[in-house]
Amino acid sequence: MATRIPHAIPDALLGSADDAASAPTKTVRMPVGVPGFTLHEEERTVPASEPPVLPVNKDLHYIGKSVERWDGHAKVTGRARYTADVQLPGMLYARFVSATLPHAKILSIDTSEAESHPGVKGVHVIEKLLGSAVLRDPSLEQSRYPLVRYVGQPVAAVAATTPQAAVDAAAKVKVRYETLPFVVDQDLARQPNAPLVFPGAADQAGTAGGGGSASGIAQTGNIHGPAVHKRGDAQQGLKEADVVIDARYTTQVQTHSALETHGAVADWKPDLLTVWSSTQGTASVREELAAYFQLPISKVRVITEFMGGGFGAKFGAGNPGVVAAALSRKTGAPVRLMLDRQEEHLSVGNRPSSDQRLRIGAKSDGSITAIQLISYGTAGCGTGAGCAGPATNLYKSGSLHTEENDVFINAGPAAAFRAPGHPQGAFALEQSIDELAERLKLDPLDLRDRIDENPVRRVQRQVIRESAIWKSRNPKPNADTGPIKRGIGLSQSVWYRMLAMNSAAEVRVHKDGSLEVLSAVQDIGSGIKTAFAQILAEQFGVAPAQVEVKIGDTNYPVGPNSGGSVTTLSITPAVRDAAWQASQKFLASIAPSLGVGAGELTLTGGMVRSASGKFQPMAFRAAAARMNTDQVSAQARRIPDYDPKKYDTYGGIDVAEVAVDTETGRIHVKHVYSVHDCGRPINPAQVISQINGGVIQGISYTLFEHRLLDPNYGIMVNSNLDKYKTVGALEIPKIEVVLTECYLGQSSTDASGIGEAAGIISTGAAIANAFYNATGVRIRQLPMTPAVVLAALNQPLPQSEAL
Amino acid sequence: MSDNLPPKSPDSTPHAGANSGTGISRRSFLRGAGLTAAGTALLDGVQGIQHEAFASSPDNIKEYGAAGAEIALHINGREHTLRIEPRTTLADALRVGLGMTGTKIGCDRGACSSCTVWLDKMPVNSCMTLAIDAIGHKITTIEGLSNDSEVHPVQAAFVKHDAMQCGFCTPGMVMSCAALLEHNPNPSEADVRMAVSGNYCRCGTYPKVFAATLDAATRHA
Repeated sequence: MATRIPHAIPDALLGSADDAASAPTKTVRMPVGVPGFTLHEEERTVPASEPPVLPVNKDLHYIGKSVERWDGHAKVTGRARYTADVQLPGMLYARFVSATLPHAKILSIDTSEAESHPGVKGVHVIEKLLGSAVLRDPSLEQSRYPLVRYVGQPVAAVAATTPQAAVDAAAKVKVRYETLPFVVDQDLARQPNAPLVFPGAADQAGTAGGGGSASGIAQTGNIHGPAVHKRGDAQQGLKEADVVIDARYTTQVQTHSALETHGAVADWKPDLLTVWSSTQGTASVREELAAYFQLPISKVRVITEFMGGGFGAKFGAGNPGVVAAALSRKTGAPVRLMLDRQEEHLSVGNRPSSDQRLRIGAKSDGSITAIQLISYGTAGCGTGAGCAGPATNLYKSGSLHTEENDVFINAGPAAAFRAPGHPQGAFALEQSIDELAERLKLDPLDLRDRIDENPVRRVQRQVIRESAIWKSRNPKPNADTGPIKRGIGLSQSVWYRMLAMNSAAEVRVHKDGSLEVLSAVQDIGSGIKTAFAQILAEQFGVAPAQVEVKIGDTNYPVGPNSGGSVTTLSITPAVRDAAWQASQKFLASIAPSLGVGAGELTLTGGMVRSASGKFQPMAFRAAAARMNTDQVSAQARRIPDYDPKKYDTYGGIDVAEVAVDTETGRIHVKHVYSVHDCGRPINPAQVISQINGGVIQGISYTLFEHRLLDPNYGIMVNSNLDKYKTVGALEIPKIEVVLTECYLGQSSTDASGIGEAAGIISTGAAIANAFYNATGVRIRQLPMTPAVVLAALNQPLPQSEAL
Repeated sequence: MSDNLPPKSPDSTPHAGANSGTGISRRSFLRGAGLTAAGTALLDGVQGIQHEAFASSPDNIKEYGAAGAEIALHINGREHTLRIEPRTTLADALRVGLGMTGTKIGCDRGACSSCTVWLDKMPVNSCMTLAIDAIGHKITTIEGLSNDSEVHPVQAAFVKHDAMQCGFCTPGMVMSCAALLEHNPNPSEADVRMAVSGNYCRCGTYPKVFAATLDAATRHA
């Protein structure tokens, strides 16, 4: 899962088929394709233990239906307990002491005054920092404490009996610094004489959510790269082209800004470390804590009952997790360490910027001869600014050449952020494709039909052609004559089917007919609890609300880390397999009392039936009373995809309608029509919620969000939500979502993922293309603020400045 | 400009208070001039919600030392006593002091409204309200919006419309939308948007929040 841009899916992600190879198999026929367009049946050879093939959604009772969110009641009543809400007897409140300089060596840290502050129980000084890139040769820096490379870098932490005492005491920790020259401007950081963020080459590994960059590649000054990817001869391809679209695009740094900040509650006991964590991966937190403190994994328990958003930045324990645990060990009391909003902006991740030069060569029939992308972006003192995913994977091209560079600056490290690299890459690629269509006098959909063979995307383009919004588009740019100009544009997105094999679940059937499903997987807001309840409901014929879903606790079978749209596609087949196997055990346990063989019994639609008709069909709950044991249970883990050789991408197309006020420079997004491929939607309402969210985040990224660093002091000047502008309720357009239900024939639920492909990748380019349609002017810069718009309307941006 | 300024009066010192020489306190002056009422009316125009709660404050001001004091807050129909420092926000008093964690803190600066509670049925950011300023007011939190047997129509509609994802903003959203319906039982979508214009939702559930609230209004009516 540490994929930055999966040019191809590594075998490891697809799991080993070894244990399946020797098991008995059966051949089944499965629905494949898009209902109403391409639906057909294909054969698959699957383990004999697999449950019967699920029909398409319209033939099911609970799966594929918009049943109510399983924990919706807990969320609307405030009963849902997040990490920030956990209160344990004797719990202490911790606060970070953060660096106030962008680049410095810490000479000394005096904690004595803080330690004597009333209420303070412990102070921890950080000697090993997580989250930033690390030097390949650590001997290049001789320092007792980690070098400070950004304002807001955690230095120490204080635990006290009240939050106020912790805040007051943290201010009393005295840090002496030796200041070092710094650079926070990406362009300046690329200059040969720029201050060096690292004295030598440094690398950052990705997380379960992606991010990071290739290790061991060249580094010159602050430039980590290029990571080069080639196919064919792009120079030659450009020469052979009839048309070359050559343009430069820049995008800004965006912060994740999840509403619940990063944080943990740690309770260190001699025999067990228990940590409540606001995380996208209970497993990732457990592993990092065990490694950091050199504990067996079995001695660490991680709990995430509810979490308030992550968007890629919440994997592993991170600095808050390990510091909370260290303070709990030191004080002998549970410790809660939640970041405040400023720390959240500064120290726990962001989406890197980009400065891209993109050349696309095409023949007059639209066929692409070459795509060449050279990109620079900053992930602060981390890496992960690569953005070549869309250029590499969206369209077929005769040749491809991409070079991705990370530029170190003295700012907080990036983290994976919903579709890492792809909103940046699509903003460039999809505008250039739009421009290419215009140069070739082709409709944007027709051009894409020629260069994108993906059958699902082809269906989606047909849906868009027939939509009212697209029919209302005037293909002629700048057609409106008044000060408000209307325009419509579109963009495609691409994401990848990635499978997390660490996906297991247990299903229990009790004698009173109650049902439980257990897994360590966490619900990050996408609604996986509801999906679990629906799958059990379908199997046992009970209402989803009657299923007890217990997840987010590493005491249960291992679950996947929720990053890269892997959760639903990875874990739901394990749940269905466990439910199926538990149902078979259940039938076996009631068969003796019914005087039949287990093989004669079936459980469908909530009724137990006998093949011989020996007794009247019996309701599940009544039948459960006949169990010859108090509980039957089955645990299943994810098996490899049925056809692991098949390589699927997900994607969609967003159409945006904008009204550009040419006098104020404001872009009003009026309507987004969003057509997205989500495999088999387990719960359409929840899928639509995610797509709404992707579109809205995309609008926010495109028009508003911008991390601003002061070049004189190196501080972020808009590090709270009152200054970091995001889209709000007043600016939300009409959003119409069309789900492209699509079957792949890959697992017992045949679910896919939606989180990344939904909106966030394509909304920016769709708005930019709509802006062009409205005004006849291209904006190749994010965010598209009124100042940028007004400047663009007065004079076109210079193209192709040498990178 | 200076011609328009009123002449300096002897009591216009920083410490001029209720007992200053003229016998006119700043508060009584404001009240006499109707400025408080005007300010309230302005706010009403923005939010469509009555602000009587803040139009008057008790004249018998009590002082709280840095060591803190025991105070009583009237929350969800019950009297709660707790000991707090004067600087304690209502949000912290609820969450830390009383363990009522349904109210969330997202920014601690009045910019996300996840801490929205009602003071006398008026929605406020509890992170921007001192606990001691809430004394004497009827406080309603998300825990008090419904009873054990029945949820508020807005809560029911949020579930029905799936107007939530991670759920961290949801209590604040619900409190904002329910407050709107208290004061305007028949809102337009524009009214709903305005009511939640301060509520930040990173998951992007806004369209369903609008739909749910309009649906709840229909059922409420």
